[in-house]
Amino acid sequence: MALLEAKGVNVVYEPNRGQRIWSVRDVDLTLEQGEFVGLVGESGCGKSTLGFALTRMLRPPAHLEGGVIQFDGVDISTLEGEPLRRQRRNGFAIVLQSGMNALNPVRSIGHHFADILRAHAREGEDLSAGALRARSGALLLSVRLEPDVLDRFPHELSGGMRQRVSIALALALDPRLIVFDEPTTALDVIVQRAVIQTIKDLQREQTFTAILISHDLGVVLDATDRVIVMYAGRIIEDQPSQELLSGPHHPYTEALLGCYGDPRADEVHLGGIAGSPPDLSLPQKGCSFAPRCTLAEDVCREVDPVLTPLGPGKVACHVRARESIDKMGTP
Amino acid sequence: MTAELVVDAVTKTYSRRGRGKGPVTAVDNVSFTIAPGAAIGLVGASGSGKSTLAKMITGSERPTSGSIRFGDTAVESLRARGLREYHRNVQMVFQDPYGALNPLHTVLYTVSRPCQNFLGLSATKAQDRVYELLETVGLTPPEQFAAKLPHQLSGGQRQRVVVARALACEPGLIIADEPVSMLDVSLRAGILRLLTKLREEGGLSLLYITHDLLSARVVTDQILVLNEGRIVEQGQTKQVLQNPQNDYTIKLLDAVATPYAAKQSPPVP
Repeated sequence: MALLEAKGVNVVYEPNRGQRIWSVRDVDLTLEQGEFVGLVGESGCGKSTLGFALTRMLRPPAHLEGGVIQFDGVDISTLEGEPLRRQRRNGFAIVLQSGMNALNPVRSIGHHFADILRAHAREGEDLSAGALRARSGALLLSVRLEPDVLDRFPHELSGGMRQRVSIALALALDPRLIVFDEPTTALDVIVQRAVIQTIKDLQREQTFTAILISHDLGVVLDATDRVIVMYAGRIIEDQPSQELLSGPHHPYTEALLGCYGDPRADEVHLGGIAGSPPDLSLPQKGCSFAPRCTLAEDVCREVDPVLTPLGPGKVACHVRARESIDKMGTP
Repeated sequence: MTAELVVDAVTKTYSRRGRGKGPVTAVDNVSFTIAPGAAIGLVGASGSGKSTLAKMITGSERPTSGSIRFGDTAVESLRARGLREYHRNVQMVFQDPYGALNPLHTVLYTVSRPCQNFLGLSATKAQDRVYELLETVGLTPPEQFAAKLPHQLSGGQRQRVVVARALACEPGLIIADEPVSMLDVSLRAGILRLLTKLREEGGLSLLYITHDLLSARVVTDQILVLNEGRIVEQGQTKQVLQNPQNDYTIKLLDAVATPYAAKQSPPVP
C-alpha cells in the first residue's frame, strides 16, 4: 500500500471577502514508502502550498477545499486537534525554508529538542535529562553536527548549521514522511551543496519518504528519484528524474530545462520563458500554460488537459499525448 | 560618462567589539581595472567580500587603505557634492527587486526622479525620457507600465524598473549585485540579455557580482574569484571556468547545481 495517497486536493486562499485564489487545483498524488520525490515550479505555482496541505500545516486564509489525503490508510484531511497531533508522531514532518530562523533565540538548541520529545512522549518513555540529551545528541550526529551544539544558542550557529538543526528537529519523532520546503534557498552555494548531500544520505540511511520542494530544477534532479512539475496550481508532469532530464515531455518542463546550462561548456546559451503565469483568482480556461507555449493549438486554449500516462510517468499536455498515440499507431 | 575604474590595493577592515576579538579583514589588498565598455564578474561565496567591494566602489564605504579611481576622480575622498556628481556616473542594481522600489510610488515617479535630479529635466521632458527608458528595458507599452505601482508588477518586471532607474542618469558604470538571484529561472535569461544589450549598444561598463557562475559566464568577459577578501583567481571568464586553477574556484564550480553537470561529475564521496 502507498504511504500517501492524495486525491482531488484543492487549496483556496481567501485573503478578502469575495476574493478566491485557487492555489492548488485537483491534485492527485501517490507516494510509495521510501520514495524521494522532487516538487518543482516557479514562484506562485502552488508547490509550497501543496506541501503544507499534505502535512496539514495550512493556516487561514488558506484552506483545503475538498479532496482526500490518505496517510498510511488514515484520511488526515479532516483530522483536527488531538487525533491530528497523534498522527504527527511517527507520521509527517516539515522542514521550512526559513527553518533556520524558526529557532527560539533565547533557548538553547538542547531545549528545542527536549521540548519536542516531551510534548510527543509516549507513556513510560524515559524523559530524564540524560536520556533526552542522548537522543538529541544522536539526532545532531545524524545531520553531521557535534552533540555539544546542544548547549549553544541559535545566534552562535551559522546559517547552514541552523538549517541542519531544523532538519534534526524534524527527524526527532521518526517521521515516515518529511517535506523539505526549499531547505537551502537562503544558504550560500557551497553550504547548500553540503546540506543537500546530507539530506540525500539521511534519506538513504533512514529510508523515510521525502518530498523536496524547490524552484531549482538542478538541485532537484541531482537529489531525487522522481520529479513532479507544477504549473499554476496543477501537476503537469511526473517522471523519474533520469527520464525527465533526457526527455522532458511537457513543453514547460522542456523550457525550464533550457534555463540551465553548464558554465564549463564551450557555448552557453540560456533560454527563458516569455510571459508570466496566469492570475489564479480568475477562472482558468484551457491549458494554463497555453499563452506561453510555443506548441499551443486551438484545443489547448479551450480544453484543460488531464494528467495521462506517458512513458514511465505522466504528463498533462494535449500535443504530447496525441503525438504518443500517433507514434503507437504507426508500426 | 564612461571612464576607467581602477581599484588599487584596496583593503577594508572592520573592528569588532568584545574582548579577544580582533578586527575582521573583509577585503584584503584587492586590485583590478574595469576598462570602458568591459564586463567584469566578481564571484565568490557569502562572506567573501563581494558586496563590501561594491560598497566601496559606490562610495558608501571608505577603504581602510588603497585607492579607487574613476577616471580622474578619487572615490575614497569624495564628500557630499562630489559624491552626488559621482553617482551620476556609477549606478547600482540591487539584488532584491521587492525591496528596492518604494511601494507608494508609481513607476513613473521612481524612474523620473533621477532624470530630474541628475539631468535637470522638466517634469514633462522627464516623462518622455521615462517612456523611452521603459521601452529600452522591454516594459511596453510604457504608458501603461508608468502608471503602475510596484505591487502590480511581477518580480522580473520590477527588476526591469530597477534597471531603468539605474540607466536614467546615463551612467558609465553599472554595478549589479546579484540582480537575478531572487528571480525565477525562466525570467533570468531576459534580464541577463538586457544587461548585455545595454553594454553592447550603450557602451556601459558592468561590474557583475554573483555566486552564480552560470550567469557570470553569460554576461561577463572577465572574472575575478574572491575568497575571504582576496582575489584567488582571475582571467577570461571562459578560460577560468573551463580550466580552473584554484581549489576554491573548483569548489564553487562543483557547487553549481546544473542538471547537466550533476550527471557528468562523479558523486561526492
